[in-house]
Parts: sequence; structure tokens; C-alpha cells
Amino acid sequence: MKKGNTLFFETQPKIRSYAAICGSKEKEGVIGSYADITLSDDMYGESTYEKAECKMLSNAVRLAVEKAALTDADIDVLLSGDLLNQIISASFAARDFQFPFLGLYSACSTMSEGMLLAAALIDGGFAENCVAATGSHFASAERQYRYPLELGCTRPPQSQWTVTGAGGCVISADKGDIRIVNATLGRVRDWGVTDVNNMGAAMAPAAADTLMRHFKDTDTLPEDYDMIITGDLGALGSRILKDLMWEKGYSISENHVDCGEIIYKVIEDEFQGGSGAGCSAVVMNSYVFTKMSAGLYKRVLFAATGALLSTVSSGQGESIPCISHAVQLEADL
Amino acid sequence: MTGKNAQNCNENYLKYVKQLDPPTKHFKNCLSAFGVGGLICTIGQFFRFMLEYAGLSGDELAGAVSVILIFLGCLLTGLGVYDRIGRHAGAGSIVPITGFANSVTSPALEFKTEGYIYGTAAKMFTIAGAIIVYGVFSGVLVGIIYYFL
Repeated sequence: MKKGNTLFFETQPKIRSYAAICGSKEKEGVIGSYADITLSDDMYGESTYEKAECKMLSNAVRLAVEKAALTDADIDVLLSGDLLNQIISASFAARDFQFPFLGLYSACSTMSEGMLLAAALIDGGFAENCVAATGSHFASAERQYRYPLELGCTRPPQSQWTVTGAGGCVISADKGDIRIVNATLGRVRDWGVTDVNNMGAAMAPAAADTLMRHFKDTDTLPEDYDMIITGDLGALGSRILKDLMWEKGYSISENHVDCGEIIYKVIEDEFQGGSGAGCSAVVMNSYVFTKMSAGLYKRVLFAATGALLSTVSSGQGESIPCISHAVQLEADL
Repeated sequence: MTGKNAQNCNENYLKYVKQLDPPTKHFKNCLSAFGVGGLICTIGQFFRFMLEYAGLSGDELAGAVSVILIFLGCLLTGLGVYDRIGRHAGAGSIVPITGFANSVTSPALEFKTEGYIYGTAAKMFTIAGAIIVYGVFSGVLVGIIYYFL
């Protein structure tokens, strides 16, 4: 069933298992004790950061499948993507598995897009078990989007820190505590922000647009959710989102949480918090799903946000188009 | 406030975002740039005195001091220390010759994974290239002006 841009899943596909891997900096934060594997070495025993990112993603998928007590033959499709050019981490990670792969690119909102598509495939009866996964690595993202790691330049105070980590979940037709009830498809919004260091401000309008359409389509209000989670708006972006929502008559300041804002404990060079595809993937697949399974949160709205820019477009002075997909999750008790 | 309904919604939004920008600490930045930049120059001056004492003079002396500072810049970059200094010192560690060494060494290290020819050698000047081009260009420009004066 569909209303507006929101898909309502009749069979309510379930999250059967989830796994997350995070880097050493992330380990210090709230998710450290909830992640399955934490790295002490950001190279993960590989020769390049790109290989390390690929290995994290591959291991997150492998772990999620194992935790679901399934084998490769039971999985119908892997929906995955990452931030690197030609989504190399995801497609290279897919080499390790015997199941089909659909590559996605939705920047930092890949996790919610993957969950949304997996739920749609299962609800449509085309799949039994799907894996949605994504990841990012600070060093590989830094090299692609910004400067070499060792370059001695200052980071502006609006900037965020790309999360080193990967997370994945098995979404299944039958078993699981957490149900995907409905999902709102995002629209690309661009309000003219050109500053690549201020992603929060660029992405906030997309998040606000998706959240408001979700509330309208589902006839709900922000108060109906235990938690409204956005991906990686950071502290500044979260504030802008709250303002934008408040202006339209929705008050989300009570239950809004931003993965980027909470992921790091020490505010040293991270400034506004974490970002990257791995940010929401790690937080959702460790802390949030664990707490939902434990019954702490019953109804959660997860809207990851993505900035769809490239170094070419920002070099040519283009503004930053952004997107946000929302997934509503409910826990059985 | 953000004026989404207004005709000039983008303009209003950008104005609102700008007003939320966390302020850059100009005074503190200037102070640390002055301190660190001054320290680098003092170290250079120390080597200059030492080499002068050892018997070097003129262009040889200036060249030798530069070479030592470039070496130290490259070494600290390789050890992963220079970017930490640069994060706090800003222009103080970018402007001296050590900053130039850092801007050449850091991409050389970073792109080593793509091979020594297409990685290290080809990408070495991705950042420093701009400095070289415009450095030479402004040198030529000033030279022409000087010629006619």
C-alpha cells in the first residue's frame, strides 16, 4: 500500500540480526560497548585504507548472516553501497559471498535506502532474506573528498569527522523482534548551500522534508515516536533541523537524536560530530537495535541523510543536493 | 526565520545558516600561528648561526638552511607529527618552507598505494603544484615590472 511517498508494508519485514564494526576513535564513544568488533588498528591488517573499508563491510555482512543462523544460500540479495568512487568497497566486499548483489549509492543515507528496498523486496514476495549494509572509513573518505591525511591544515569549526565503521542487518520475512512498518522515500532537496564543510546545513532541509511528509502520510506526530533518529547532521545540522520542523509546527526537540552528534565522546577535531555512510550504519546496527530488542524503544523513526555531491561538482561551484529516506521501525514485546 | 515560504527562500536560508556558523577564533589562531611560525624561523636561524660558525656563507649558507628545514618538514610529515602541529598552528606551519615540504610529502605518502609512478610521483604536486605555478608566475610578473622601472 502506498500513500503519498510512503510505502506501508503489509507483511512488516523483520530485522533478524544485525552486526557492526567500528574503528578505534568510535570505540571510545557510546557505541563502543555495543559494536561486535572494534578495531585497534584502523588499517585492519590490510595494506590500504580502501582494503580495510572493504574488509570491515565484508565482515559486518558475514557476521550479520552468521548471527541470523543462515548460510549464503538462504540470502536472496545484498543491498549495499559506500562513499568511494564506483562504490568499490561494497562491490569488492560482495566478491566474498555467494548471493546476488545490488549496488546502491545514496551517500550517507545508504543504510536507510538499503533497509527500505530490502523491506519492499520482501513485502512484494520477491525475497525471503535480504542483507542491507554499508560502511565508511575516515582515511579513504578524507583522501577522496578532502586532503591527504598528513597535510597540516586546519579543519573549520563546521566540519564533521567521517566515521570508520561498517554495519549491516539481515532483513527477513519471518523471524525478528524489530519490524519495518513503513518507509518514506526521500526527495532531493537543495537549498543552495555550497560550503562542503557545512554538510549539516546542506542536509537539514532534506531531512525536514522527508520527516514532515512521513508524519503527514502516516497521520502521526513527533510525540508518537520514542526516538526520531537522523543520520549525520551533526550538532549544527540538528539544530537547523529542529528549527525547520518547529517553523512548520512540528516539535522534535524532545525525542530527536542524531547519530553523528552522539557517536563521538571526545570533541577534539570532530567539531560537529560524525558523518559518512558508516555513521548511521554503526549506530543503528549496534546501539539502537540492541536497545529496541531489549524493549527500551518501541517505535523509532530512522531518517538517514545523504549529501549527493562529488569533488567535481563542488569544484565547479555547484550547490549540494541532499536526500533523506525514512524507515519506521517497531519492536515487538 | 528561515523563510521557506518566501520567494527568496534560498537566500533567507543561507543567511540564517551563516548566522549560526560557529565563530572562528581569529585572535587565538593568530597567536598560535605567530608562536609556531616564529619558532620554526628561530630554529632556522639557529641552524644558520651554526653553519655560519662552521664556515659557510652567502648562497651556500641560505641553501643549506633551507635544505635542513625541508628535511625536518618531510621527516615530521612522515612521522605523522606535522599535521598535528598544523591543526593548531594554521598559517604558522603552512607559510614557512616546512609547510611547503609538508604539502609535497603528504600526497606522496598518501598515494603511494597507487604505485611509485602514477601514485607517488604523479600526485606529489597536487597541492604544491598550485604554489609552484603561481609562485613562478608572480616572480615573472614582478621581474617584468622591475625591468621597466
